[in-house]
Amino acid sequence: MSIITNINKVFDHRIRLGIMSVLVVNENADFKTLKELLGATDGNLASHTKALEKAEYILVEKQFIGRKPNTTYTATKLGQSAFKKHINALEQLIKNT
Amino acid sequence: MSNEDYLKDLSEIKNIMNKSSRFISLSGLSGILAGIYALIGATVAYYIVTNSSRGYLILDGQIFNICAGILIAVAVLSIVTGIILTTRKAKKNGEKIWDKSSKRLLFSFLTPLIAGGIYILIILWQGKYGQTGGLMLIFYGLALVSASKHSIGDIKYLGLTEIALGLVAALFPGYGFWLWVIGFGIMHIIYGSIMHFKYDVNQ
Repeated sequence: MSIITNINKVFDHRIRLGIMSVLVVNENADFKTLKELLGATDGNLASHTKALEKAEYILVEKQFIGRKPNTTYTATKLGQSAFKKHINALEQLIKNT
Repeated sequence: MSNEDYLKDLSEIKNIMNKSSRFISLSGLSGILAGIYALIGATVAYYIVTNSSRGYLILDGQIFNICAGILIAVAVLSIVTGIILTTRKAKKNGEKIWDKSSKRLLFSFLTPLIAGGIYILIILWQGKYGQTGGLMLIFYGLALVSASKHSIGDIKYLGLTEIALGLVAALFPGYGFWLWVIGFGIMHIIYGSIMHFKYDVNQ
């Protein structure tokens, strides 16, 4: 088995890694918080959260606070373990070379 | 991607995890100042008590009220200094003073502290004051350990030190005053200096 097996294609982007990093150490985060932490634009962040949602790595919850829509993101169990695997794989790659 | 890219990814992941879950703008200088206030307060209290007619502290009477007043003054001064210096540092770091991470920090710090404070007031009211010094150290230490998850990790070791000192004070209540001086005075100055030189000076 090659050591690259565990490198996850879904995480092959800075913003996606960033989103998962925030969500594994926090119960949840809303759109605005993610945007500020990662320095991403609205459209950019939206497309990456959609990709992670499609992989079932994060849960998206939409609700209204007053009249403003508010979207919160939570990491799923699957997402957390996939992220952990990915990081271990990165570490292995760096160690072995 | 090359190795360097992977390494950059990992360090950025770590950075974002810390930034999103910890409030790191605690000021080391405020720790040093809190220690100095505690030492000054303890010196004044020591001077007043040893020069009183009895030479030791009992629960009622004017001397006790003066000592309690000194204690409250030290606490208030330390808190105010802490808030001012931490706000200043947060501004410099571009970190928000009142966000999710600082709220969590405050909650986990205040829960043991307020429970301990009320407990101490209750036993003082019941006339048991021999353990006060030790209890203050223990509850303050627990508050620091519980807060350390949401801030700079170093304060966990200050917390453990305070708990150890508090337990020693419980064993030897006669030395409660001196252990209080070490815990709230000297330890604050030592850990405050470590934090100041580790995080504030180089940046």
